[in-house]
Amino acid sequence: MSKINLVIDHIQVSVESGSTILEAAKKMNIKIPTLCHHEDLCVAGNCRVCMVEQVGSDRLLPSCATPAAEGMEILTNSLKVRNARKSVIELLVSEHRAECTRCYKNGTCELQHLSSEYLIGEDSLIDLVPLKEFTIDYFSPSIIKDDSKCIRCQRCVRSCDQLQNIGALSVAYKGQKMKIASFFEKPMYEVVCTNCGQCVNRCPTGALIERNYIDEVWSAINDPQKHLVVQTAPAVRIALGEALGMEPGKIVTGKMVAALRRLGFDSVLDTDFSADLTIIEEGNELLQRLKGALVDKDPNVKLPMTTSCSPGWIKYIEHMYPQLLGNVSTAKSPQQMFGALAKTYYANKINVEPENMVSVSVMPCTAKKYEANRPEMHSSGYKDVDLVLTTRELARMIQQAGIDFLALENEEYDSIMGMSTGAAVIFGATGGVMEAALRTAYEVVTGRDVPFDGLNILPVRGMEEVKEASIKIENPLPAWAFLDGVELKTCVAHGLANAKKVMDRVVKGEANYHFIEIMACPGGCLGGGGQPIPTNKEIREKRTRAIYEEDAGKPIRKSHENPEVIKIYDEFLVKPLGHKSHELLHTSYTERNRY
Amino acid sequence: MPKKNLKRLDLIFKNELDGEQILEKTIKRSKQDIINDLIISGLKGRGGAGYPTGLKWKLAGESEGDMKYVICNADEGEPGTFKDREILTQVPMKVLIGMAVCAKVIGAHQGFIYLRGEYKFLLDNLNEVIDDFHVLLNKIGFDFRVKVFLGSGAYICGEESALFESMEGHRGEPRNKPPYPTQSGYRKMPTVINNVETLAHTYSIFKYGPDKFKDLGVQDSRGSKVFSVSGDTPTPGIYELEFGMSLQKFVEDFGDGDAKAVQVGGASGFCVPRKKFGRTVIGYQGKLTGESLPTGGSMMIFNSSRSMYNVLHNYLEFFVEESCGQCTPCRVGTQQLLLGIEAVKRGERPSEYLDKLLKLAENMRVTAKCGLGQSVANSFSSIVENFKEEMIY
Repeated sequence: MSKINLVIDHIQVSVESGSTILEAAKKMNIKIPTLCHHEDLCVAGNCRVCMVEQVGSDRLLPSCATPAAEGMEILTNSLKVRNARKSVIELLVSEHRAECTRCYKNGTCELQHLSSEYLIGEDSLIDLVPLKEFTIDYFSPSIIKDDSKCIRCQRCVRSCDQLQNIGALSVAYKGQKMKIASFFEKPMYEVVCTNCGQCVNRCPTGALIERNYIDEVWSAINDPQKHLVVQTAPAVRIALGEALGMEPGKIVTGKMVAALRRLGFDSVLDTDFSADLTIIEEGNELLQRLKGALVDKDPNVKLPMTTSCSPGWIKYIEHMYPQLLGNVSTAKSPQQMFGALAKTYYANKINVEPENMVSVSVMPCTAKKYEANRPEMHSSGYKDVDLVLTTRELARMIQQAGIDFLALENEEYDSIMGMSTGAAVIFGATGGVMEAALRTAYEVVTGRDVPFDGLNILPVRGMEEVKEASIKIENPLPAWAFLDGVELKTCVAHGLANAKKVMDRVVKGEANYHFIEIMACPGGCLGGGGQPIPTNKEIREKRTRAIYEEDAGKPIRKSHENPEVIKIYDEFLVKPLGHKSHELLHTSYTERNRY
Repeated sequence: MPKKNLKRLDLIFKNELDGEQILEKTIKRSKQDIINDLIISGLKGRGGAGYPTGLKWKLAGESEGDMKYVICNADEGEPGTFKDREILTQVPMKVLIGMAVCAKVIGAHQGFIYLRGEYKFLLDNLNEVIDDFHVLLNKIGFDFRVKVFLGSGAYICGEESALFESMEGHRGEPRNKPPYPTQSGYRKMPTVINNVETLAHTYSIFKYGPDKFKDLGVQDSRGSKVFSVSGDTPTPGIYELEFGMSLQKFVEDFGDGDAKAVQVGGASGFCVPRKKFGRTVIGYQGKLTGESLPTGGSMMIFNSSRSMYNVLHNYLEFFVEESCGQCTPCRVGTQQLLLGIEAVKRGERPSEYLDKLLKLAENMRVTAKCGLGQSVANSFSSIVENFKEEMIY
C-alpha cells in the first residue's frame, strides 16, 4: 500500500493511503476528541467535534471523515480549532438535558467528559431543553430511550443498521425537530427491536441505557424471607474487570464469585452449568433431527437446526424469518434453563420454597431482560428468572457496596449447579456453542474425541463474519450407524447483519448445513449489549482470548462429562429430551410481524 | 422598465430554434475541444458556489465508473430566487442540449433533472419537451436519456450530495466531501451536477463561441447572470444582466428610491447596507453572490420601512426548519441564533450577547458540514454587524 506524507502539528508523519487525519493523529499519540465516531461503525462526520485546521484553508476539516492527503499541513490544537470545538460542545450541551448528577451515565458520559475538558461554563447558550417536548420511552424491559439526552450522533442508528441490519432506530424529521426515532415513534417494545443493546453499548450519553434492576435486587437481598440465587453468564467473568478498572481480557471468575457472596446472594451459581446442560439437550435434539431426516425420512424434520441461546437472535428470527421458527432448537437458553431448574430441582435440594426464592442472573446482555419477561418463561410455576442484571449493573453494585474488587481473594461457586466445563465457558464467544456441541455430539456418536488437536475446533473460532466447518463422521457406534460417512456441516455467524446473510441462503435453499450457530452480538456474548463500555474490535479480541484461556485451564472440557450434569439426569431429568426436559428446558416461539 | 445604464442582455431567454444544429455540431467535436471552450469562456457554476464548469466536466470525464450521470439541479429553493423556473419554462431545450453535450464529454447515457417539488406544475410541459428532445437524440443517433426526478420540498436537497441521497431514496442529507460528485456522485458514480442556468449558458457558448461569452462581465466573473429581483422594487422580476455592475447602479435601476439594504444571494447570501452600495460589485470576485448555497442571483431590496431584525428573524426561522439536522453547528447553531436575537430583542440577554452569537456564526461557518450551515453566517453577520441598533432596540 502506498504511503501518504503529511505534517500534523509541525511533525512529519507517514501513513497508509486511505487513512483519515484522525487515524494519522492517533498514530502520533495526538488525541482528537470525537463523539459521532466509533471504530465499529462507518464514518458519519456529523458531530463536528473532531475538527482540525488545514494550513491555508479557511474552513476546518472533520478529521474522522477527511482522508489524509499528500503534503497536508494539519493543526489539531490551534486557537481556531479550540474555539470551534468548544463552540460545538457548547451547542450539544445546550440541546442535551444536562442533569448530570441525576443521570445513569454520570461519570461515563462522553459529552460530560468533553464538556469538562473544554470547561463549558454556565453563562453559555440558551438551554433548548425546556423549550421542547421530549419522549422518554421506558416501556421496554431492556432498553430506555430518552430523547432529551440525545445528541443526534447517530451511533445507535448505525449500530442497528450496520451491525444488526435491522434499522429499529432511524433519523426522523429535519431541522430543529430532527430526532432518532423508532418506526412511527412507537415504543421500543412494539417495534422490530431485538433488545440486543448494541445501541446502548455505543451511545455516548444517557439517551440509550439499559433498564436497570439494581434497586430491585438490593431490595430482594435485604428481604430476610427471600433466598437469593444468582447465576453468572460465561461472558461476564472475562469482562467485569473492565468496568472495575482492570484491563480488557482479564479473567475475574473467582473475584466475581467472592463479590457476589459479599453482596449478599445466598447461592452463587453458574450459568455455565446450564450451558453444559444446553449442549446435552441441544446436541441430542440435533442428533434426533438428523435421525429423523436421514433414517425416517420425515419431511417434517427441519434442518438446518439453529441455536437458540441468544435472545436477540430469537426475537430477530421471530420477526424476520417466522417461517423458519421450526428450524430453531427448542432448547431454552442457559439462563432460562437455569431459572426453571433453580425453582424446582435446586429449591428442592436446598429445601427452600420456590415462592421464597428470588432468581437473579448476571448477563452480558440486555435482551436477556426481555427474555426473562417472556410469558412462556414460567415453567417452574413461577417466574423462572426474576431479575436480570447486566455486567455493568453488577459492577455498579460492587462499587455501591464498597467492595475493593481488585483485592478480593478468589472463591469457588456453590454446589450444586455451580460446576461447569470449558465447553460452557466458550459459550461466551462466537463459535463457542458450536465447538461445545461438536465436542459432545461427536463423542456421543463415535465414542471418540473430536478430531481436533486438544479439542480446539479452530475453524469455528475467531472474528470472521461467517465461519463454516465440517466434520466427517467415520466408524460411529452401532446406534449411530446411519451417520457413517456423513459430513456434518456447520456454520457460525455473529452479529445479526451476518445472521441475515446466512438465513437468506437458508430461505433460498442454498445452505446445506446441518447446524447453525447464531449470536446476535458482534463477537458473540462477549460483545453483548450489557458488557462494559467502550467496546471495539481490539477489546472483543482480548475478551475472546480470555475465554479460550479459561476453557483451556478447565479440568473438564466436555459438557457431557460435567459431574453435576450427569447427576441431574440421574436424579431429576432422567434423560435428554425426556418428559421433564420438555417441561422445563424446552420452549416455543412466537411469530411476529416485520413491522 | 428601468432605463439607465445597465447592460441588459438577451442571451438566455432568446428563443433559438437551432437546437438540433448546435447539438449535432457540438457533439461531433472532440471532448477536449468542448472542455477547452468552456474553460476559455470562464463559465462558473450559476448555482452560487461558482465552480468552473469546464473543470467540473473535465474531472468527471477523467473519473472511472461503470456508469456516469449528468444531473441538472433544478431544486431552486433559495428564498428570493425564481430564475430557474423561468429558464425551464422558456428555454428548456437549451438546458437539455447542455446536458447532452456534457453526457458526450464525460461518457454518460443517463441524465436527470432534479425538479423542485413546488415546481410540479412545470412537469407536464417539461416532459413534453424531453420527449421531443429524445426524438432529436434518436435522429442524430446519440444514446442519452433524461428523466425528471421530483423533489419533495426540502431546501437541503438542493445541496448536491443531499440531492443524490434524495434521488437514491435516502434522507436528503449532505455527504462528507471528499469525494466530490465528479468522483462519486449519484449512486457513487462520477456525476456532473450543474445548475439550470449554467447548462443554459453552455448552449450560448457552443453556439457563439467562448470569446463572446468571455467578453461579457469582468475578470473572474465572466458572462451574464440571471437575477431574480424582489422586495421593495417597482419592477420585480427576472433580469439577465452582465456581471460586474455595482450595487449602486443596481439600486438606482431597480430600487424604489429608498433602498436601505440589498440582500444578495438569498437567505444564505450577504446583506449590503446603503453605505456600501457604491463599493460593492456583483460577481464572484467581489465575494458577494459567491457564497449562496443552492442558487445564485437572488436580489432582495429592502427600503427604510423594513425592520432588518424581522428580515433576519425570517431567514433564521427558515434555516431552523430547513437544516437537515445532521450536523451540530447547523442543527443547534441555527436555533441558538434565532433564540439569541429574540432574547436580545426582548432584553433577556444583554446586547453583548450579539457578539457571542457572531462568534457562534463564525464557528458555524468553519465547522458545518455543508453549504447550508456554513452560509448562515453570511446573512447573520452582515445583518447584525450593519444593523446592530435594529437588533437591540
